[in-house]
Amino acid sequence: MPEIRNYTLNFGPQHPSAHGVLRLVLEMDGEVIERADPHIGLLHRGTEKLAESKPFNQSIGYMDRLDYVSMMCNEHGYVRAIEKLLGVEAPIRAQYIRTMFDEITRILNHLMWLGAHGLDIGAMSIFIYCFREREDLLDCYEAVSGARLHATYYRPGGVYRDLPERMPRYQGGSKWHSDKEIAERNATREGSLLDFIEAFTERFPGCVDEYETLLTDNRIWKQRTVGIGVVSPERAVALGFTGPMLRGSGVAWDLRKKQPYAAYDAVDFDIPVGVNGDCYDRYLVRIEEMRQSNRIIRQCVDWLRANPGPVMVEDHKVAPPSREAMKADMEALIHHFKLFTEGYCPPPGEVYAAVEAPKGEFGCYIISDGANKPYRLKVRAPGFPHLAAMDEMARGHMLADVVAIIGTMDIVFGEIDR
Amino acid sequence: MANEEPNTGDARLDPLVSALASHFGELGCETLCDRGEVTLVVPAAELLRVGQTLRDDPDLRFEQLIDLCGVDYVAYGRDEWETVDASTSGFGRGVEPIADLALDDPRRFAVVYHLLSLGHNRRLRLRVYAGGAEPMVDSVHGLWPAADWFEREAFDLYGILFRGHPDLRRILTDYGFLGHPFRKDFPLSGEVEMRYDPEQQRVVYRPVEIEPRILVPKVIRADSRYLKDGAPTATPAGTPAGTKGAANA
Repeated sequence: MPEIRNYTLNFGPQHPSAHGVLRLVLEMDGEVIERADPHIGLLHRGTEKLAESKPFNQSIGYMDRLDYVSMMCNEHGYVRAIEKLLGVEAPIRAQYIRTMFDEITRILNHLMWLGAHGLDIGAMSIFIYCFREREDLLDCYEAVSGARLHATYYRPGGVYRDLPERMPRYQGGSKWHSDKEIAERNATREGSLLDFIEAFTERFPGCVDEYETLLTDNRIWKQRTVGIGVVSPERAVALGFTGPMLRGSGVAWDLRKKQPYAAYDAVDFDIPVGVNGDCYDRYLVRIEEMRQSNRIIRQCVDWLRANPGPVMVEDHKVAPPSREAMKADMEALIHHFKLFTEGYCPPPGEVYAAVEAPKGEFGCYIISDGANKPYRLKVRAPGFPHLAAMDEMARGHMLADVVAIIGTMDIVFGEIDR
Repeated sequence: MANEEPNTGDARLDPLVSALASHFGELGCETLCDRGEVTLVVPAAELLRVGQTLRDDPDLRFEQLIDLCGVDYVAYGRDEWETVDASTSGFGRGVEPIADLALDDPRRFAVVYHLLSLGHNRRLRLRVYAGGAEPMVDSVHGLWPAADWFEREAFDLYGILFRGHPDLRRILTDYGFLGHPFRKDFPLSGEVEMRYDPEQQRVVYRPVEIEPRILVPKVIRADSRYLKDGAPTATPAGTPAGTKGAANA
């Protein structure tokens, strides 16, 4: 009788469907996974240690780089922890702006996830469709912060500045694009940022329908996702799942509803919940979340149009004074100098603040000893416990299903490795 | 000790605090309330018993472990700039790192758990002091499977050992890494640097050349200027007993 033995397969770290730098050591029996051992840390940058050596505000930019496809949600978690520590609260308009941009970020993240997940398991065209809408949303990021990805827009006490009155436009006179084409692209950019976002919310549900025609009833898509990576609700809770991974298993838990923050208690939206806890249900949950996010954005646009006001607290121990004030007022100049050289010293204590990021619960635990830097910052990344369950989810599946499971977890190594 | 009537100033926390007091009052646990959050300081020997009750008791039902992390308290409350006499002597640009750290303090390392009760919609923080020289606590992997990687991370970054963990390996640092990088006595620039050696035609490690430099000194302003309406808040809940210095000034 021939000798049959298991063999070990090294998957990644440079594999296109490893979503960055995941090294998976797979113990295989034929094509069936016996054990999956993810090796992580290839993108470890020591964000938390770096934050300990800098004043609080200087670490906001690091948060963008954690989960680099849901930038502003990470900032929101960090900024909320600092606000809780300081005991300040952002003005209501800033709360609505944050709500709106959190949802824009959620759509950005889910589009990235949908495109990449589709590519991983063989649906090529969905990627192109998703990136078409992502481009518009990244323009919103750029209009408001000057950066397409790493915005650093949320600050303790509010947001950096109010929404711009004029949406940036494409320039004419290009030799690559005709004037007619430029005019088409600029059609929704004639007004303010809010006009542009409103036009987007009008268009976007139709785009989601398009994605669904490509995938939802697609036979191959269903063969690749239905019944793959099933997690029971009890296991999902025990394994520390949050976000769509938890809701896909049928647990109706969403921090936006259960522990509302920003303006989420003032907007109307629903929480989609799965039934079977497999990859297909998690896909459906995320698709519906995009539609719900669109609803929230629309409500925020209406509110923001009707309610002008400050977007930053007036307390210059926390937020910098205006440039004009600095030119004329000694006190403002001192505040500016102290804030940007030394920062602020929150009272000693410890806080944990969490937001419902697109991937799940993103939390920041900050210990302060009364200094101008955090004594300890712990980032609770939603992807970390999800990937930890890789072994349990992949065991007994085929090799090709590992790719579907990695995709459905929506993992990004920026936040897992920190 | 919170054996008396709970008075947290927040009606949502009172049932939790009284449940904690009735279950764990005799075990030497300490309940702290600050900024609407409840912290339970658990003696290391009682961790598993307390965790079991927290997870299974119908009053508590913390079925989800949200986060677990290590903390190194050795430099807590120590600043790099003496702000009191600075106006007479002047501030220097070159700042020396704090040298005399009590590395064997039994309250040096702590493990912090963040629990979430989905049924009651409540959060709770647990803190367990793990010791100084050879930090070790019991693993809660059996209670909350989510602890698996979190405990590996705390071991990797702080060198805290978890008794009973099934597979306590390094997780975030490089293969063959020495030391525990998030300890306060580990330099920010690390111990070794890596470069490609064209002669040996491979990657080699050597001690770092750059010297650690403090760009913004750590300053503790214990005056009331940063606090709302000038009044210091209640006792800082995060202060461990063994720390000295400006935290209570």
